[in-house]
Amino acid sequence: MDVSSPRFKQKAVIALANPTLRQALGQSRKGFVNKRAELVAALPEFEALRDQARDVKNHVLENLDHYLERFDSAVTAAGGHVHWARDAEEARNIILGICERVQARTITKGKSMVSEEVNLNAALEARGYTVVETDLGEYIIQLAKEPPSHIIAPAIHKTKEQVSDLFEAAHGGPRKTTVADLVTEARLVLRDKYFKADVGITGGNYLVAETGSSIIVTNEGNGDLTQTLAKVHIVTSGIERIVPTLEDVSLFLRILARSATGQETETYTTLSTGPRRPGDVDGPEEFHVVLVDNGRSKMLGGKFQDMLRCIRCGACMNHCPVYGAVGGHAYGWVYPGPMGSVLTPLFVGLDATYDLPNACTLNGRCQSVCPVRIPLPELLRELRHQQHQRGISPPVQRRALGVWRFVAERPGLYQFANRLAARALKSLGGRDGRLRHLPFAGGWTALRDLPAPEGKTFLELWHARKA
Amino acid sequence: MPDSRSAILRQIRTALGRGPLSDSAAAALDARRPAHTRIAFDEDLVERFVARFESRSGTVARVSRLDAIPAAVAAYRQAHGLPPRAAVARPLAGLPWPAGFAHHPGPAGPDEQMSVTPCLAGIAEIGSLMLASGPDSPTTLNFVPDHHLIVLPAGHIVRHFEDAWTLLRALPGGLPRATNIISGPSRTGDVELTIQLGAHGPRSVHVLLVEDGPAAGG
Repeated sequence: MDVSSPRFKQKAVIALANPTLRQALGQSRKGFVNKRAELVAALPEFEALRDQARDVKNHVLENLDHYLERFDSAVTAAGGHVHWARDAEEARNIILGICERVQARTITKGKSMVSEEVNLNAALEARGYTVVETDLGEYIIQLAKEPPSHIIAPAIHKTKEQVSDLFEAAHGGPRKTTVADLVTEARLVLRDKYFKADVGITGGNYLVAETGSSIIVTNEGNGDLTQTLAKVHIVTSGIERIVPTLEDVSLFLRILARSATGQETETYTTLSTGPRRPGDVDGPEEFHVVLVDNGRSKMLGGKFQDMLRCIRCGACMNHCPVYGAVGGHAYGWVYPGPMGSVLTPLFVGLDATYDLPNACTLNGRCQSVCPVRIPLPELLRELRHQQHQRGISPPVQRRALGVWRFVAERPGLYQFANRLAARALKSLGGRDGRLRHLPFAGGWTALRDLPAPEGKTFLELWHARKA
Repeated sequence: MPDSRSAILRQIRTALGRGPLSDSAAAALDARRPAHTRIAFDEDLVERFVARFESRSGTVARVSRLDAIPAAVAAYRQAHGLPPRAAVARPLAGLPWPAGFAHHPGPAGPDEQMSVTPCLAGIAEIGSLMLASGPDSPTTLNFVPDHHLIVLPAGHIVRHFEDAWTLLRALPGGLPRATNIISGPSRTGDVELTIQLGAHGPRSVHVLLVEDGPAAGG
């Protein structure tokens, strides 16, 4: 999909002024946050599990080549095929090639963020295939022709009324107004598609090196119908989603649902190991896994390697005050929120994404809930540092920082300037000690006053007390 | 076309600052069998399974013996106003089904309303069922019908995921094509995070817990 991250500020302002979005985001996120907190409080093992999950991910990354080779052999031994894609274009071409070879017409899809990342739907539709998203949230935004605004709840920004409008336009009336009726309508419309599908495409939460299994974790069962009923099952997954053994799978199953939706478990966890076998009466005739690199291997061994631990649970965005205020679309690409503010600059480049690492208050809530303990605020700070070094940050800001540095490196001058500023601001603050306008900081004082300093600097008070 | 597999592996090794692992290092990784923290609980396995499964809107009926299954299925069918037919997995075909009850071993087609299947295990930790696909347990029976009835002998309930993996690895053909861990009826929260059952898979998942008697279906 196109990158609209350069328009983050405009989109954030529009989002903040949108009452429908406020309503949708407010209701939903509170649910995720509260349910997670309840479950975590009830599980004394949770912090130990997070440590172990972090360690297993680090272990996998240190040995990624080995585990990928093992996974490849195990899939092949089970009768499946592994395809390696260096970038988005190669991933699209592999999938287009399979669809062409099997003369596909209808393609059903379970939720896959990697397929969003490589912009798969547009490529398939351009070749004339009928592409049907089957996850209810993805189906809603496909009808709305919008990208997902959350990695596990793609239509979190839509209200029930908006869904009613979309369904009425797509399916014809009568208009459904209750959640139950809307879900039933989607169920009936999509049933047909599963049985008609030639190719079913799903994501992969985990790829098990030991067994060659790909795993999806879902609540709706759409991914299972997609992969069971289509003639060909294609899994799209990032190369970092490998776990070594089934024992490691247990570990991640214990933290994923709790962190993501605040459930003890999602409804369905399915391990797919190869295609239909002799004697089987159902299941796909072909099983393919497309391993997508698309910039991931370049993150290895560097300052952003920790980000490759991400298990795409969405806890960071559920707890992020900035995401909670502006929603997912403002971020302008596939991955929103804190994890997206790290990934987007790394995947699409620092230049087009200046605002993302800066739209963060460094409050640290994301890191405090991340199940694999990714130091998200540190990574965002590192991105800011790189923006500065590469001269991407705005000239005014760079000049101001230059001035500050000049002064800060000269303690005498610094203390003098501090004393001067403290007194000047005190007198500007007037009788009630509040500043209503500040030069160069109009944005800050537009919505609130700044308390004025008391007139003496910290060092002055310190020396006075010692004397 | 250059080989993408080699290119990606080369890039990974360059980033990690090393060449391919030595045979002994690779063998050590292959032998790794981690023992991660498991969730501790004191409850009886059966009670834990039932409580967790029911907490997600799954339902459980206890039957004393395997040959009481047909009567339990009939009771469920009548309670839900379902016609006397179902997809019944092969290992259960030999039960004393009443005359007039039509059943076939699958696959389940779009009009299938009910299925009855065995399972490989119950997992007490979270109250989930593990089903292994094969000619005796077609996957469509687990997802297509509105009503999925699962026969679970109490002795098949294991404590943790890890115990279930042991059963899975011990299957004659190794891991089945599809391993389905099912924790209740299909659900969605995609419209305003309001939980709604029956999104795409079964609207109702009903466990027939066999408290005594021989093991069924694997």
